[in-house]
Amino acid sequence: MNKSTIVVGGGIAGMTAAGELSRLGVEVTLVEQEQISGGHAACWDRLFPTRRPAEEVISFLREQTDSKVNTFSGRPVTEILHHESMFTATLSDGTILRGESLVLATGYDLFDASRKEEYGYGIYDNVITSAELEGWFKNHQPVRTKNGRIPSRVAFIHCVGSRDEKVGNLYCSKVCCITGVKQAIEVKEALPACDVYSFYMDLRMFDRNFEELYFEAQKNYGINFIRGRLSECSENEDHTLVVKTEDTLTGKPMKMIVDLVVLLVGFVPRSQNTQMLLKLKLITGNDGFLQPEDEHNGDNLTRIPGLFITGAVKGPVTIANAVADARATALQVYSFLHSNR
Amino acid sequence: MINFNLFVLPFSLGLLYLILKIGKDWYKWITTLSPVDKVKFTSGIRNPIQILISLKEVFFEVLIHRKMWKRNPLLGYMHMSFALGWFLLIVLGNIESRFYSGTHLNAPYYPIFLKFFIHDKLVIFFEVYAVPRFFRFIMDLLLLYILSGLLLAFLKRKKSKWFGMKQVTRYQLTDHVALTTLWLIFPMRLLAESFTAGYYGSGGGFMTQPLGNFLTWIVPLPTDLVAYTMWWGYSLVLGIFFVTLPYSRYMHIPTEVLLIFFRNFGIKPKKWYSGYSDTEVHSCSRCGVCLDICQMNLAGIHDSQAVYFIRDVRDKYVSEQISRKCLVCGRCQEVCPVGIHSDSLRLIKRRELSSGQDADYSFVSVSTVRTAEVVYFSGCMSHLTPSIIRSMKGIMEVAGVSYLHLDENRSICCGRPLMLAGKDRQAHDLVEFNKKLIRDARAGILVTSCPICYRVFKEEYNLPIRIQHHAQFLLELVRSGKIPLQSMHRRIIYHDPCDLGRGSHVYEAPRELLGKFSDLLISKEEKNNALCCGGSLGMFEADHQQRDLMTNGALDSLLTFGPEILATSCPLCKKTFGKMNRVPVKDLAELVFESIPDGRIRSASGSVSVPFHPELSSEAESI
Amino acid sequence: MKDFGYQAHRDNTIDFEKNDFRIARFLLEREPSLNLCIGCGSCTGTCSTGHFTEFNIRKIHTLIKRGDTEMARKQIRQCMFCGKCQLICPRGINLRNVILGINRALEKI
Repeated sequence: MNKSTIVVGGGIAGMTAAGELSRLGVEVTLVEQEQISGGHAACWDRLFPTRRPAEEVISFLREQTDSKVNTFSGRPVTEILHHESMFTATLSDGTILRGESLVLATGYDLFDASRKEEYGYGIYDNVITSAELEGWFKNHQPVRTKNGRIPSRVAFIHCVGSRDEKVGNLYCSKVCCITGVKQAIEVKEALPACDVYSFYMDLRMFDRNFEELYFEAQKNYGINFIRGRLSECSENEDHTLVVKTEDTLTGKPMKMIVDLVVLLVGFVPRSQNTQMLLKLKLITGNDGFLQPEDEHNGDNLTRIPGLFITGAVKGPVTIANAVADARATALQVYSFLHSNR
Repeated sequence: MINFNLFVLPFSLGLLYLILKIGKDWYKWITTLSPVDKVKFTSGIRNPIQILISLKEVFFEVLIHRKMWKRNPLLGYMHMSFALGWFLLIVLGNIESRFYSGTHLNAPYYPIFLKFFIHDKLVIFFEVYAVPRFFRFIMDLLLLYILSGLLLAFLKRKKSKWFGMKQVTRYQLTDHVALTTLWLIFPMRLLAESFTAGYYGSGGGFMTQPLGNFLTWIVPLPTDLVAYTMWWGYSLVLGIFFVTLPYSRYMHIPTEVLLIFFRNFGIKPKKWYSGYSDTEVHSCSRCGVCLDICQMNLAGIHDSQAVYFIRDVRDKYVSEQISRKCLVCGRCQEVCPVGIHSDSLRLIKRRELSSGQDADYSFVSVSTVRTAEVVYFSGCMSHLTPSIIRSMKGIMEVAGVSYLHLDENRSICCGRPLMLAGKDRQAHDLVEFNKKLIRDARAGILVTSCPICYRVFKEEYNLPIRIQHHAQFLLELVRSGKIPLQSMHRRIIYHDPCDLGRGSHVYEAPRELLGKFSDLLISKEEKNNALCCGGSLGMFEADHQQRDLMTNGALDSLLTFGPEILATSCPLCKKTFGKMNRVPVKDLAELVFESIPDGRIRSASGSVSVPFHPELSSEAESI
Repeated sequence: MKDFGYQAHRDNTIDFEKNDFRIARFLLEREPSLNLCIGCGSCTGTCSTGHFTEFNIRKIHTLIKRGDTEMARKQIRQCMFCGKCQLICPRGINLRNVILGINRALEKI
C-alpha cells in the first residue's frame, strides 16, 4: 500500500479531509458509521448565518468523495490500533482496514438535555431540543405543540449543557448562540403571530455575519432577547410551561407562560470514542475533547506520528471552521506521507 | 520496717494531683449538665440496676475494648493489654502487697513499688510457699502482657495498616509527653524489678529473675545503685504521666467511665454546650478510627475530621471555618468506639459561632386553600428534579389518593438547612409557618420527597399526624395493593441518603419497595455505613471540585457491582450523582411510577381523586 | 476619611473612590468562588425567598462587590438558606457560604 490514509468519520470534517487528500493523490478510505454521510449537518435544514440549505454544502462534499474515495458506511469503527507505523481500524462487522496514516474526524455528540432535569426535557410534553426543531424544519413539519396547537409563545433557552459546572461542562459550545438566533427567526417566519423569546447569559456572535443576523432578528422579526438563564421550568395542567428566570437587566425574578420551550443543546465529546481510542492513549483536555500537540503550530497533530485529528473531535466548531480545519489537516497528512519517515 | 523512700514522691504527688484534677473536672461537668439531665443523673446514681448496667459496660468497653476487637483484632488486643493488663496489675498488686504487709491500710505507692520494699532476706522464706510464687508468676505474666501491647502500640505508629488503619492521628505536645512517659512506665518497671531481683538473687518472677540475673552479670556498675535509679525513673515517669494525663488524650480513660454512666442514665446530647458535651469531648481517645472513613480525605481536607474538631473544642479553639468544614453525614459517629456524637457537637459549635443576625421572614404569607387526606411536601430541592414530583403525583392519582401539594408554587423551606448552619432560632419561624400550613390542611399523613425535610419534620415539628418519607408511603400503597407493579428486571443499587438512613434510620422501606419490582444489588458501603453523595447542605467549606472528588468516590463504591440504575430517595443526592453522568440516577418514586403498567396510568389520569384511608398497621409504623 | 454627616441626596453612582470595599474583600477572601459569578440570574430565578418577595441574591452580592452594602443590610436576613441557588449555579459558587459570610461581615464590619 502506498501513501494511504484512513479517515474515520464521514461528517463535514471527515468528508472534506477525504476529498482533499484524494485530490492530492492519496489513497483514501473513508469510514462512516451511518448509512448516509454528512454527520450532524445532514440533519440540518438551513445553516447559519446565511440560511443556505445544508444540503448544498453536503452535496458539494459528496461530489468530492463519492466514487473517488473508498467508502465504508453503516459500520462504526470499534477499535483503532497503531503498530509499526501502520494503523488498523476494526469495523463492527469485522472488516479490518489498514493505512499508513489515520485522520480522526469523529465529531461530537449532542448534550443529553434530560440531564438538565429542572428544564423538564423528557418530562414535559412541550420541551424540545434545537436538534428536534431543526428536524421539524427539515421534514417540513409545522411548529406545533404536542397536542397539535399552534404555539403563541415560544422560548429559546441558550447554553443548555454548555458553560454549566452543574453538568461538568465549563466550555462554550460556540454554535448554539447563532443557531438560536437563526431558529428564532425561522419560527417567527413560520408563525408570524407567535411571540418568540430568547433567554441568554451572553450572546457570542463571534464570526462573520453572526452579529448581523442577531441585529436582523431584532429589527425584522421582533425576537425578544431576555438576559437571564433559565432556572427551572414547570408544567401547567394544560401542558403549557412556566419558565422561571431572573430578568437580570431589570434585576427582577421573572415568570412567563409559554407553549413551547426549545433547548439549545451544546456539544459533548463522543462517548464511543473512549472505547475506540482506548489503546492509542490519546490526550484529552479537561473538557473531554481530544487535545492537539500544539494548539497553534500543530493543532491537527497528536502524540502518534501519522495520527491526525480534525473538526469537532477537538471541541465545538462551526461548519465553516470545520471545513477550513479539515483542509489544513489534509495538507498535514500529505506532507507526512511524503516525508522521510 | 519503714516502707518509705524518697523516690516514691514523684509518683505520689502525681497521683494526688491527678485525683484532685479529675475530681474537679467531674464535679464541674456534673454540675453543668442541663437541669433535666441533672435530675436524670441524681436518680440514676440511686438506681442500683442502672449502676450495674453501667459497670458492665465499663468492663466491656473500657477494659476489654469490645468495639476495638470487632474492628480489628490487633487493635483490640493492643487496647485490652494496656487497659485490662494495667488494671489487673494494680488490683492484684494490691492483694499481693497485703499479703506482705499484713495490713489493709497500705500507702498507695506501696503496692506499686512492692518489689523494692520486700527485697530483704526474710522474704526468701516466702519463696517456698505457693501463694507468693503464684503472685510473682502472675505479676510477671501481666507485665509481659502489657509489654506485648506496648510493642503493638509502637508498631501501630509505624505500620498502621496492620491495624486496619491508613491514617493515625497527629498528636499535640502534651500527647507526646504523655505517650512517651506511658510507654516508658512498663519498661522502667521491668528494669527496676529485674535489677532488684538480680541484685538480691531472689524475689523475681519467671521473667524478672532471669533477666535480673543476666543484667547484673553484664552491667559493670554497682547493681544496687542501678536498681535504685531505675525505681526513681519508674516513679518519675509515672508522676509525669499522671500530671500530663488531664491535658492529653489519655484523659479519655477516666472520662469514658463517666460518659458511660451518663449514657446509661438516659442523658443525651443537647442543642447547647453542657457538662455532657464536655464529658464527650474529654472521652475522645484520638484513636483515629474516624479518620479513614471520612470522605473529606478524598477532597484533600485533613484538618477538620471529627478527632481534630473535638480536639479543637477541648482546647477551646474552634474556628468558624473548621466547624463548618464537615458534611455532617454522621459516618464518624457510627464508627466511634466511645460513641461520641460528633455531629451534635459540630452543630452545637455552629450555633455558638453563628452570627447574631436575626432573620426576617415577615414576607411569608400562609394560607392553605383546601384540605386533603395527604399533604404532599415535595421540598425545595425537588423543584429542580420535577420528575420526582410528577411521578409522585402520577402514583397518587393511580392509587386514588386525595392529596394537597403544599409547596407546589411557593415553597417555605423546612428549616433544616438553617439549622445545619447553626441558625436554629431563625429556623423556628419557618417551622411555625409550615406547621400552620400543614395543620390547616387537616390531613392524616404528611408525605415528603426530601429526606432533609423528613428528618426535621420528625425531630422538630411535633406534628400530631403521621410523617412519612415517600419511600415509606409508597411501600404502604404497594403493600395494600393500591398500586400494581410489574417487574422491570433491572439491576439496581440503592444509595442511602444521610438524613433518611443514618439520620432517621429508614433503611428497610426503600429496599423492600425496590425489591418488589427490580433486582436489588447489595452495596459495599450501605445502610449506616453508606457514603454521602457529597452534595450535603451541612458542608460549607468545600468548593465544587472538592465536592466532585467526594461524589466520584461514593460512585466508585456504588458502581462496584455494575448496576444498571442507581436508585436514591433524595433530590439532592439525585442531582449530585447525576452531575457525574456515570450511571442513570433515579428516585424511588420515578422507578415505582415507571413500573406501573401503562393501562393503569391512562385510566387514572383525569379521574377524580377519592379519599384515601391508610392502613395503620403496627408493621407499617415500624418502617 | 472625614465624616460629612447626614447626606440629603444619595448619589446613585457606584463611586469606586467613595464606596467601602471592606466587606467585598472580606467576602472574597472567605469564599473566593464568589468571584466566578457571571450574573446569569439562575440563583435569583430559582430562589425560594424570591418567589415571595423582592429578595435578589445576585444583586445583593454584586452590589457588595461594587462597595454598596445597603441592599444586603436590608434584605439578607430574608434568605431561607434552602440551597437551591447553590444547586443550580452554573459557575459552582458556594452561595450558602457567601450568605453566611455576608451575615458575618455585616456584623463585624
